[in-house]
Amino acid sequence: MNSASEAGNRADLTTLYKGLFLAAVAAFVAVPLLTTFLGGFKSLGELRSNPFGWPTAFEWQNYGDILFSRRYWELMRNSLVISGLSVVLTLIVASMAAFVFAHITFFGSRMLLSYITMGLLFPASTAILPLFIKVRDLGLLDTYLGVVLPQVAFSLAMSILLLRRFFKDLPEELLEAALVDGCSYLNFFRYVTLPLSRPILATVGTIAFVHSWNAYLLPLVMLNTDGLYPWPLGIMVYQGEFSAEWNLILAFITLTLMPTIILFVFAQKHIVAGLTAGAVKG
Amino acid sequence: MATTSISLRRKDGAFTAVVLFLPPALLLFTIFVVLPIGEAAWYSGFNWNGFGSPTRWVGWLNYLSVFDTRAFHIALRNNGLIIVISLLIQLPLALTLAILLADRFRGAVMLRMLFFLPYVLAEVATGLIFSFVYDGDYGLVAAIWKLFGAEGPHLLASADTSMLAILIVVIWKYFGFHMMLFIAALQGLDRNLIEAARIDGASRAQVLRYVVIPLLYPAIRLSVFFAIVGSLQLFDLVMPLTRGGPADSSQTMVSFLYTHGVMRMRVGYGSAIGVILFVICATFAFTYKRWVMRDE
Repeated sequence: MNSASEAGNRADLTTLYKGLFLAAVAAFVAVPLLTTFLGGFKSLGELRSNPFGWPTAFEWQNYGDILFSRRYWELMRNSLVISGLSVVLTLIVASMAAFVFAHITFFGSRMLLSYITMGLLFPASTAILPLFIKVRDLGLLDTYLGVVLPQVAFSLAMSILLLRRFFKDLPEELLEAALVDGCSYLNFFRYVTLPLSRPILATVGTIAFVHSWNAYLLPLVMLNTDGLYPWPLGIMVYQGEFSAEWNLILAFITLTLMPTIILFVFAQKHIVAGLTAGAVKG
Repeated sequence: MATTSISLRRKDGAFTAVVLFLPPALLLFTIFVVLPIGEAAWYSGFNWNGFGSPTRWVGWLNYLSVFDTRAFHIALRNNGLIIVISLLIQLPLALTLAILLADRFRGAVMLRMLFFLPYVLAEVATGLIFSFVYDGDYGLVAAIWKLFGAEGPHLLASADTSMLAILIVVIWKYFGFHMMLFIAALQGLDRNLIEAARIDGASRAQVLRYVVIPLLYPAIRLSVFFAIVGSLQLFDLVMPLTRGGPADSSQTMVSFLYTHGVMRMRVGYGSAIGVILFVICATFAFTYKRWVMRDE
């Protein structure tokens, strides 16, 4: 890097500046997160006098009480059910449609694809009121499905585009050969396309999961019963109840973020690929 | 004989696949995406509280009163502000970090992941974390002020500073995503071009200015697109921080739609806001794709 000796000093300085800059940004990102995590261990008094230092005495009770409460696990269960259903439905519905769009040309197929691509243009929030009335009229208000179905519908456009591109890139000869041998499209989809598409299915599934797991507006509008709330709603209720007890709120935030962070550590490849996937082709 | 039977069977299989595979997606998309947008346009002509069927036709009145609302103007200005900040601060920051972290050195991958992490965390949780950070009695900002012997400010409770506080959180949450876009693009660059420029005597800065950044234009255009579309939808982050307040000072288009339309069940009025937002999003997306990203 700094082989040229006359530039050596300047290179050292540049490296130093680089390091300082990166450290500053890292602190900007990490300090709020660490404060939240450590704040959950503090007493209220200590939090006030020492908001971002190491706790002098660890109050395990803050975390313990939440971990042993029914409420925390109920929120996690609700979120898991909603996100799980969203992922499964998105994968099934989108991969079937993408398969047709990738391999079968028929009258109007291009038009239908552009029709679905329209979904990329606007967010669910623009139509939230009619969506609410639609879900109410279908009798799905205050049910998991009332949240899941709109979520799946709004994620279809992106999912179908990503899956279709992957399906199209699979060797064309495979399909030709299979069809000549008398394999049907349905069996080809089931026994060839899907098993070969695990990476893209993982990517699309991860995007759907993260979006659904973090979603706030749709469940906020569609659900009325506390017992059905996913965690982003539950955490807001909790904050409303314990508004002054920041140490408890910080512990609760930390615990509700844990699943995301664990998932991120183990599936970061898919998450990064998935969430920046629109980048390759918008 | 044989060929006809095969092609017949192929056609049959294809037909079955289309008939079985396409309807679920089309139905879901039509019922939950397309119809509600159309209905928003229809409802926006009524004065309606959502019960029974809409009967009180008011024509353009909802649109006129939306345009007349002070909060709407603030929301428009705030969305504009978010876009400006995204372009002037977040994008250069993301680009700089991407260039620094695209080189492999010890800790580079760790830092990338750390910077990307906020993007994965839920907006609601992020908002709550920062409402602690900004808390005038407990938070980090208060602690820094107290170091200098001053009383901690309540940034979120003042109409002058609420939006500034939100803008900082927006940068915190989203710069890592844009950085990742740029890193992906940098890794796809042709190394030979850079080598060639170096051999021809270009300095590091020149290589960056005249080779690397021009090659990144497609990624930059894309990042601008995401920044603008994303800031138009900003809502989840605003709710835990300020709920659009105080005095509507930190409303965004969607939080305005929620607090003034959904919470008061003013379906016509709220639909009008939704339609306006839709028109802005769609117009922007079309023009941007047509004029800026036409090569891609």
